[in-house]
Amino acid sequence: MAESKYQMNRIMVQGHNIFRKYGKVQALSDISFEVMEGEIFGVIGPDGAGKTTLFRILTTLLLADQGQAMVNGFDVVEDYTSIRKKIGYMPGKFSLYQDLTVQENLDFFATVFNTTIEENYHLIRDIYVQLEPFKSRRAGALSGGMKQKLALCCALIHKPEILFLDEPTTGVDPVSRREFWEMLGKLKAQGITIIVSTPYMDEAEKCDRIALIQGGSFIQIDTPENIKDGYANPLYAVSSESMYALLKDLRSCERVKSCYPFGDAHHVTFFDDSFTSEDLEKFLQSKGHNDNNISKIRPTIEDCFMNLSSPGDAS
Amino acid sequence: MLKYLIEKEFRQLLRNPFLPRLILMFPLMVLLFLPLAANFEVKNINMTLVDNDHSSYSRQLRQKILSSGYFRLTEISSNYSQALKTIESDKADLILEIPPGFEEDLIREQTAQLMISVNAVNGTKGAFGSSYLSRIINDFNMSIITELALIKDIRMVPSFQIISQYRFNPYLRYPVFMVPALMVMLLTMICGFLPALNIVGEKEKGTMEQMNVTPVKKPTLILSKLIPYWIIGFIVLTLSFGISRIFYDLKPAGNIFTIYLFAFIFILAISGFGLVISNYANTLQQAMFMMFFFVITFIFMSGLYTPVRSMPEWAQILSIFVPLKYMIEVLRMVYLKGSGFADLMVELFFLVGFAVFFNLWAVVSYKKVN
Repeated sequence: MAESKYQMNRIMVQGHNIFRKYGKVQALSDISFEVMEGEIFGVIGPDGAGKTTLFRILTTLLLADQGQAMVNGFDVVEDYTSIRKKIGYMPGKFSLYQDLTVQENLDFFATVFNTTIEENYHLIRDIYVQLEPFKSRRAGALSGGMKQKLALCCALIHKPEILFLDEPTTGVDPVSRREFWEMLGKLKAQGITIIVSTPYMDEAEKCDRIALIQGGSFIQIDTPENIKDGYANPLYAVSSESMYALLKDLRSCERVKSCYPFGDAHHVTFFDDSFTSEDLEKFLQSKGHNDNNISKIRPTIEDCFMNLSSPGDAS
Repeated sequence: MLKYLIEKEFRQLLRNPFLPRLILMFPLMVLLFLPLAANFEVKNINMTLVDNDHSSYSRQLRQKILSSGYFRLTEISSNYSQALKTIESDKADLILEIPPGFEEDLIREQTAQLMISVNAVNGTKGAFGSSYLSRIINDFNMSIITELALIKDIRMVPSFQIISQYRFNPYLRYPVFMVPALMVMLLTMICGFLPALNIVGEKEKGTMEQMNVTPVKKPTLILSKLIPYWIIGFIVLTLSFGISRIFYDLKPAGNIFTIYLFAFIFILAISGFGLVISNYANTLQQAMFMMFFFVITFIFMSGLYTPVRSMPEWAQILSIFVPLKYMIEVLRMVYLKGSGFADLMVELFFLVGFAVFFNLWAVVSYKKVN
C-alpha cells in the first residue's frame, strides 16, 4: 500500500480496526490506515461518510468503540495529553471566540499552549500578513475566507507536528480554496504532517495520498495517481445537444455499465472493451442523437469514487 | 494559566453589550421592586356600604373603617341586593350591611348584628379584608362599651384583650422578611445560571471542542468558567447588603461573615447544579428550559413566598431536597434573629451535602456523557 516515492521514514498517525457507533448508526467500521511523516493525507468522501467522527477520534475528542489509534507514537486513549500538545485541530465549523479580536484569539491560543506568537511567527507569517490589517477586528466580523485563515493560524501557533483539518474549504470561495491549498503545500514543506478531509473530489488531487471513505468504511487508500490508474474500464466523455435525453438513453443501453452526469459531459463506461466509441455513436444515432461528441478521457478521482462506491460492483 | 483564562472570561463578559449592565440592574430590580410588588399586605379593599340605620353610631363606624387606610368606599347602596350587584360587576370586594335599629340595639342591649359579605374570587383579598374589618368592628365595639359604661351605669362585661408582640420583626414589615430571601434568589441566578449557560454556549458554538484539544486541563477550564461568576456573586451579595441598608434600613442582626461563609458553600452547591445541567444540555434552549423548570420549582418549594410548614406533607418532604430553602433560612435567621454559626448547624450540614452531591454528580455525568 505504501509507496516509496515520498520520504516516509516515520508513521505519524495510525488507525487499526476502528469502529464507532452512534446509537444504531454505524459511523465508522473497520478503519485501518497509516499516515507518514510530512505527507498530506486526504480523507475524501461525501457528507455523513464518517470523516468528522474519524477526526474526533484521532484528536482525542471521542472514544472509539473498538480498535486502536496512535498519533505521533502515542495512544489516543492513554496518552491523550501528550497528543494534544503535538497536534493542531481545525474543526469544520468555525470555532474561535467571535467576541475576541483576531489578535486576542491568536494570543489566547498561543498562551493556552504555553507559547507566544513571536516564537512561532515564521509558521504563520504568510497567512498572518493577510490578516494583519484586521487584527483588532472581532473574529465574528471577519469574512468567511478570513475566518478560515485565522482558524488555521490558531491551529498552527503552537507549532504542531500534525495538523488535522476537518473540511477546511467547505463553504469557501474557489479563489480562497486555491490559496488555502497553496498554504498547505508550504506547511508541508516545513515538515508538518497534514490530515485533511474534504467532500470536494478535485482537492483530492492535491494530496499525496488519499483515503476514499463511504458509509463509515475506507474503500481505497492510495496516491491519487494510483487510484486513477486502477480505474478498470476505459472511460468516455459523451455530450450532445440534449443532455438529459442523452443520459436517459445511455442508461437504457444494455452495454453501458455506468453513466454519470459530470458538468458538461456524461462519463460512461462499458461492460466489455469490444464495445467501442463507434458502436456507441451508432447506438446514439439510432436513438435520434446527432452532433454527438465522444472522447476517451483519463478518469478523475470523482470517477473512481463513483465507480468504487456504486453498489454491487467490485472492481 | 487559570489566571489567564479568567482574564479572558472577564474580557468577554465586559465586551458583552448587555450582560454586565443586566448583572448590575438585576439586584436593584429584584430588591427594590419585588418586595413592593409581591407584598402580601392587602390594601385598597373596595367596600360597598349599605347603611339602613343612618345613625350617629353607623356614621362613626364608617368613619373608623375608612380611616384605617385599608378600605375604600366605592359605593353606598340603599339595599343589599343592589350592593350585591357591585360585587358582581367587580366594583367592590366586600359589602358591609348595617341593619336598621343598629344604634338602638347597641344602646339597649349592648349587642348588634352586622353583616359582612365578601367576594372570595381573590381569596387572599377576601380573607384579609374580612379579618381586617372584623378587627376594626371589634375595636369599635370596645370603645362603645367603654363609652356607654360611662353614661349609663351598666356592668362592664369582662373581656380578654389579646396583644400580640412580634419578635424579630416587630412591625411585621414585609421587606424585612423578603429581602434576605431574595438575595438567595440573586445568588442562584448569577452563580448557578450564568456559568452553566456560558458553558453550554461554548459547546453550541464549538469553542468548547477547540479548547478540548488544547493541553488545558478540564478542571482548570471549568474553574475558569466558575470563578468569574463567584466573584460577581459576591459583589452582587455585597451590593445587596448595601441596598437593603439604604432602602430598607435593614442590617443583619448577626455577623455578616457568617453570611459570606454560607454564601460560599451555597454558591459551590448551586454552581455544581448548573454544571450538571450543562453536561446534559447540548443547546442553550435545552439548558434554559431545564433551568427554568428547576428554579421555579426551587423558588416555590423553598419557603421564599409561603412558609414550608404550611405546605402539604408531600411538599414538605420534597422541600428537603431544595438547596435554596436552607440558604433562605440562613439569611433570614442571621438577618432577623442574629443567629450565629452554632445555630445553623443543620443548614450547614445540608448545604455542604448539596455542594458535595452536585459536584460529584457533575464529574460523573461529565465522564458519562463525553
